[in-house]
Amino acid sequence: MTAQTLPAETPAATLGVVDLVNVSRWYGNVVAVNDITMSLNPGVTGLLGPNGAGKTTVLHMMAGFLAPSRGMVTIDGKPTWRNPAVYRDLGLVTEREAVHGFLTARQFVTACARMQKLKDPEAAAQRALELVEMTGAAERRIETFSKGMRQRTRVAAALVHEPRVLLLDEPFNGMDPRQRMHMMELLHSLGDRGHTILFSSHILEEVEQVAGLVQVIVAGRLAASGDYRKIRRLMTNRPHVFAVRSSDDRRLAVALMAEKSVAGIEIEATGLTVRASDYGSFTRVLPRIALDQGIRLHQLVPSDESLESVFSYLLEG
Amino acid sequence: MSTVAFITARGLFGRRRALLLLPLPILLVGLALLCRMYDVSPDMWGQAVIVALGLAVVLPVVALIVGTGVLGSEVDDGTIVHILTKPLARRDIILAKYAVAASVTTVVSAVPLFLTGVLAGSARLGGALAVAATVGAFAYSALFLLFSLVSRRPVLVGLVYILVWEGLLGNFVSGTKNLAIGQYVIAITDKIAPNGMMDTPVSLTTAIVMSAIFTVAGTVFAINRLGSFSLAGETS
Repeated sequence: MTAQTLPAETPAATLGVVDLVNVSRWYGNVVAVNDITMSLNPGVTGLLGPNGAGKTTVLHMMAGFLAPSRGMVTIDGKPTWRNPAVYRDLGLVTEREAVHGFLTARQFVTACARMQKLKDPEAAAQRALELVEMTGAAERRIETFSKGMRQRTRVAAALVHEPRVLLLDEPFNGMDPRQRMHMMELLHSLGDRGHTILFSSHILEEVEQVAGLVQVIVAGRLAASGDYRKIRRLMTNRPHVFAVRSSDDRRLAVALMAEKSVAGIEIEATGLTVRASDYGSFTRVLPRIALDQGIRLHQLVPSDESLESVFSYLLEG
Repeated sequence: MSTVAFITARGLFGRRRALLLLPLPILLVGLALLCRMYDVSPDMWGQAVIVALGLAVVLPVVALIVGTGVLGSEVDDGTIVHILTKPLARRDIILAKYAVAASVTTVVSAVPLFLTGVLAGSARLGGALAVAATVGAFAYSALFLLFSLVSRRPVLVGLVYILVWEGLLGNFVSGTKNLAIGQYVIAITDKIAPNGMMDTPVSLTTAIVMSAIFTVAGTVFAINRLGSFSLAGETS
C-alpha cells in the first residue's frame, strides 16, 4: 500500500524521545493528570484509557499546548511549553477536526510546509498527500470532505515536515475500516522508520493492532505501562462477572460451584451473579452443565464488560 | 505576503461575516450622498453622520468585526492549532494577523469616511478623517486582537468597550475620554481640519501618544498571550 511510498531516507532515525517527569496538571480543585512519569521512544506507543481519563490533557502537555502544573515535559531534553522551536520535530493531530475549510487539501498542506520553512513546500506536500492517499481529492476544498478525508488531510499536514515525534489524539475516530487499516499501516511504517508515534484511543483492539507498547491512563494516573500482551493478559485473567438467570437458579449454582473456573456465586431474587476466574472456560462449561442438569438458561450477561471496569481493575492491580 | 497573513486574509473574506463589513460604510456614504443631493447644509447633518455614525460606530465596529475575525474565529473553531504547531515566533504570527486586520480596517473605514468628509465640505476634512481613521484602525485592531486572546467572547467584550466605555461612560465621567480611542480619532481630525462638529478634551499630543500606546501595548500583550496559548481538552 502507500505506506511503501515513504522516502528511503530516515530523518527520524536518531532521537525523538518524549519525557514526562512527575507531571501533574490540575484545574482548580480538579486533578486531571496525577504525577505521571513516562518516556516515549521511537516506535508506536498507544495511549489507552477510558474517556475523561486525562489522555488529551497528557497529549496537549506533550504538544506544548498546556503548561504542566508540576513536573517537566520535554522532547529530546527541550521543554515543550512556550517553545515553538519544538514544532520542527513535532507533529500534532488533535481530536477536534477543525481545518481551514476554505482551502483545498493541497493548499492547506502546502501552507503547513511553508510555515515549517521547508525548502520545497510543494514537493513535501505532494509526498505527504501521497502518504495518506489524498492525491485524488487534493484539489478539492476541505469543507467538502468526509470526516475520514479531513482526518487524513490533517495527518498529511502534521507529517509534511517528517517530524521525529507525531502525536495523534483519537486518530481512528470517524474512519471507515479501510481507512482505519491504512492509517494503522501508516503508523506502523512510521514507527518502523524510527519516528516516535503516540496515539490515544479508548479502544483496546485499536491499540493492540498498532502499538507494541501501551501506556494506560485511568483517572489521571498511569495505571499500566509496557508491552500490550502483558496488559492484555492482566485483562483476561481478571475475574469476570456474569448475571445468569435460569429455570432453576439454586440447582445451577450448586453445579457451578464444583467448577474450577467459578470463583464465587451469589444467589439473588433476580438470578445468579457468577464471578468467573477464567472467561473462556466458564463460558464453555456453563452450557454443558445446564444440559447435564436439564436446566434451561434464560439469560447470560457479562455485567462488568465496560471499559471503565476493565481499566479500574488495572488500576487496582 | 507571509503564509499566516495569506491564510488569515483568506479566512477573513472566506467567511460569511465578511459581508457584515459592507452595510455600515454603505449607509455612511449613502446618508451623506442623500443630504448632499437634497442640498441639506452640512451644519445640519455633519455631526450626526460623521461623528455619531462614522467615528463612533462605523470605525470601531468595522475594526471589531475584522480584529476578532482574524484571530478570534480561529481560536473559536480550533483552526489556530495548525498555525501554532509551526516553529514560528509568536511575534510573527501576531504581527501578520495584525497587519491584515489593521490594513483591512483602514481600507473599509477610511475610504468611506474620506468620501463622507468630501461630501460634507472639503477634501481637507475628508483627508483629515482618513488620516484619523487610519490611526484609529491601528489602535482598535491591536485592542480587539488582544480581546480575542483574553476572552472567549471577544465580540461581546469589544461591544462593551465601544458602547459602554466609549459611548456611555464618556458622557458622565469625562476622564474616561483620555482612554478612549474614539476621542483620539476626533482630536486628530479636528486638529488637521478644524470644524465646528467635533468637541473633545483630548489634546493632539495625548491623542498621538495614547494611540501609539494602545497599538504597542495591545500587540505586545497579544504576543505574550499567544505564547501561553492553551488548548482545552475535550475528553478530559
